[in-house]
Amino acid sequence: MKKTIFILMAAIFAVSASAQSDGVTASTSNGAVSEKYVKAMEALVPAVDTTHSIEGLTALAGSFERIANAEKNQWLPYYYAALCYINKANMLYAMQQPDQIDPLMDKAEPLLAKAEELQKENSEVYCLKKMFNTGKMMADPMSRFMTYGPAASEALETAKKLDPENPRVYLLEGQDKFYTPEAYGGSKEEAKTLFAEAMKKFESFKPASSIHPSWGLSQLKYMMSQAQ
Amino acid sequence: MRKARAWWLFIFLLCLFQQLSAQVTIKGTVKDHKGNPVPGASVAIKDSYDGGTTDSSGKFSFKTFEKGDKTLQITSIGFKMFEQAIKIESGAVTVDAILKQEISELTAVVLSAGTFEASDRKRATAVLDPIDIVTTASANGDVTGALKTLPGAQQVGESEGLFVRGGTAAETKIFIDGTLVNNFFNSSVPNIASYGRFSPFLFKGTMFSTGGYSALYGQALSSALILESIDLPDRTSANLGLSIIGVNGGYQGLAKNKNSSYGVSYSYTNLAPAFELFKQKQEYIQNPEYHAGDANFRIKTSKTGMLKYYAYFSSGRLDFTTPGIDSLGYKDRFGLTNFNMYHNLSWKESLGKKWKLYAGMGYTLNKDNIHSGMQDDKKNDVVLTGLEFKKFSLDLDANYFNAKMVFEKKFKGLTALRFGSEYNYSNENSVFTLFNGQQFPERLKEGINSLFAEGDIYITNNLAAKTGFRVEHSSTVDKTNIAPRVSLAYKFTRQVQVSFAYGIFYQDPERKYLPSPNLLTFMKATHYIAQFMKITTQRSFRTEIFYKKYNNLLKTGNVNGREGVAINNNGYGEAKGIEFFWRDKKTIKNVDYWISYSYLDTRRDFLNFPYATTPNFAAKNTASLVIKKFVTAWKMQFNGAYNYASSRPYYNIIPDGNSGYKFTDIGLVPDYHNFSFAINYLPTIGKKDAKNFAVYVLSISNVFNLKQVYGYQFSYNGSRKEEITPTSRMFVYIGAFFSFGIDRSQESIDRLF
Repeated sequence: MKKTIFILMAAIFAVSASAQSDGVTASTSNGAVSEKYVKAMEALVPAVDTTHSIEGLTALAGSFERIANAEKNQWLPYYYAALCYINKANMLYAMQQPDQIDPLMDKAEPLLAKAEELQKENSEVYCLKKMFNTGKMMADPMSRFMTYGPAASEALETAKKLDPENPRVYLLEGQDKFYTPEAYGGSKEEAKTLFAEAMKKFESFKPASSIHPSWGLSQLKYMMSQAQ
Repeated sequence: MRKARAWWLFIFLLCLFQQLSAQVTIKGTVKDHKGNPVPGASVAIKDSYDGGTTDSSGKFSFKTFEKGDKTLQITSIGFKMFEQAIKIESGAVTVDAILKQEISELTAVVLSAGTFEASDRKRATAVLDPIDIVTTASANGDVTGALKTLPGAQQVGESEGLFVRGGTAAETKIFIDGTLVNNFFNSSVPNIASYGRFSPFLFKGTMFSTGGYSALYGQALSSALILESIDLPDRTSANLGLSIIGVNGGYQGLAKNKNSSYGVSYSYTNLAPAFELFKQKQEYIQNPEYHAGDANFRIKTSKTGMLKYYAYFSSGRLDFTTPGIDSLGYKDRFGLTNFNMYHNLSWKESLGKKWKLYAGMGYTLNKDNIHSGMQDDKKNDVVLTGLEFKKFSLDLDANYFNAKMVFEKKFKGLTALRFGSEYNYSNENSVFTLFNGQQFPERLKEGINSLFAEGDIYITNNLAAKTGFRVEHSSTVDKTNIAPRVSLAYKFTRQVQVSFAYGIFYQDPERKYLPSPNLLTFMKATHYIAQFMKITTQRSFRTEIFYKKYNNLLKTGNVNGREGVAINNNGYGEAKGIEFFWRDKKTIKNVDYWISYSYLDTRRDFLNFPYATTPNFAAKNTASLVIKKFVTAWKMQFNGAYNYASSRPYYNIIPDGNSGYKFTDIGLVPDYHNFSFAINYLPTIGKKDAKNFAVYVLSISNVFNLKQVYGYQFSYNGSRKEEITPTSRMFVYIGAFFSFGIDRSQESIDRLF
């Protein structure tokens, strides 16, 4: 009987220990992906497209950041956390609070750098870089357009070069064209063409996995309704 | 029985396991140090996915499978990370956290008393943007021009430099990348303000202190202008400029790895065409003509290190006559040729463990050849009896070397300690030749060694102090001084702060009054400044009151027949006043304007003054209004400026025959008004794929052709006086500047690196 108890105890501890270790290091150092990580990410990633409140984005950014801090070899949590902060900054800008941009960009910057470090030469990361630079510029356009403007368009060019099939490249390009005054090279017509292009790319776009970037379709639909 | 015991034990262990595996709630409240809830704070169990975000009342609650000894981390923008060890067993865990404010540049109080900044940094002192330096209508593209629209600076138009709070231009010192610059302006010409030598586009940051400045800088009784040169350019480009006063061209190459760059440029300036259009008071024998070239390289020596080198060469000449003041029908002649060379090498690097090093050195070689004399109406050089002294020549050959090294150690938050040393050396050789060929050679050497230390102490986000001192030894006076500096700032709300500054500032006697037959000492100024400031994103308001006391100012007299020689340090003076500044980018849509006003009450007894009085460079009331509007559809920026100065005193000082001096004529010049207007047209702006950039500039100073009088010039015998006015009433500047981004040649450039 004693034997049985010992076996049982050993089994119990083995299970609980493995449960714990699963929480600590869900993936191995070579970047292999654990089921727990994928599950946690799968629960969050769709929210990127559907979260449209300041509080919601704050919570979402926090969730991605927590995963990023536990999974230091995965670029996606860093990518999504930075994206949430940038989206939040854009939303605050739309709410006439441009002075809120810089502190959020300060949060996004190291996360973006981490994502790039782990995933070099990736079109999605360059799209995010484009969004980061545009955001920085919007905080003080008069004195920043000379530095952040070219940096943003350079990042977008690189994103396109790295993956011409990435629909977000055309969405971002179209948004630029749409919101820039005509005198500065903006054009609603060109924006429409780019949005249509983005739509075509979305139709054929297949993300590398269930948790790889696939966001933007709802934003695109909104932009297309605005461009009509 | 045994079986039963085993069964119970099994149940017990199972319960234990379930307890271990059941979700536990972690909850609590997050507040700041004032007890206000912190919404949107991120709560996490370290190294796990589990956590939550606080709601609008600062509450959080989440469930976790984690067990045992864990660390709870709470983060929020503007606060330090909160960490607490928790033991997760069976019951809910409650953690109430009080977050400590993080002292950061974005939110912390700024030690701003006396300081204006033109930079991209989002700081309270940054009242100007870098672009304002070039787009202020009355600035005429000169670095110091825009600063003259800020409170504290005088509207002095008859000579170059910044006259700050009752101080002379010589009381303002200019620094590039930390080191002192000699000959920042082109050589002085009587009654004409010379331009600065350096393009405003060389600098990314401008810090203008009207008093109470840091212990890192010295040898300036009134003011320090601290310029920071740009780092690497954004891209490889060539540029070309054409204007009514000359042509310029340049090239900047950026290495492909973006770790280094180099550049060269050349400019040729000739004022003949402009003088053809705008009649000058002076009649030019040689129109002002300058050749200037510069070269630079910038290298990122590591992730944090930057080495910068800048070299400048210029050669210029001019020669003109003005109607003679001492004798009717004759003309006074003044000629100048100049050669100037300037080198600046600076290096900054992180040494690790929050240590930083800034080192820089500068070398200047300046040669002036000045000829003065008289001409008759047939333009023949003449020497008149009794006025022989008007014919002379002065040949000046000067070398300056400046070096500075600063170590910085950062502590928690923004608290930092800086210390270092500075060495300033000058060697001026001059030969003064009289009408009869008699020569007076002279050599002046000066060496100033300085040590300094200062600490920035951030007690909280809202309260900060800067305290430091500077020790200087000068070979000229063979004395050592100790100058303490203190400033303090307190922030009431996110937008409102007050700050105070106190400091003692020493300066060597100006070299142009040396050598002296007597032993001299340092001139001394003591500053007291109090400031109130309210800043929002689109608007800034600041007001300052100040009191400045001068001691040991230089007195000059006649030594062996030579006027204007330093004889002692018995001079003194004071200046007090109040200043206002208001900038608003919000009230009128797409219009950005600022207003500044200064009230100044100052008196001094210095040089050959018979007694203390208001000096001729100090107006009681000074005001500026600067307006900028960008019309997007036209791609044009309209800039207007109005500068006002109330009447300045004028006087004539002559020897009283008793080895002293007396005022013979005292009065006030009329008020000064100047309206300037400029249009910048940027046709290429916003063209996304355009590699080229063009700017067309039309700028008009004194649009309404008003008469402006700066002061009076007296004849030698004091019987005649003449107005000192600008060289022409109105002036129009037209220019076109092009920048060509170069991509195709990129590869050939890269080969060079």
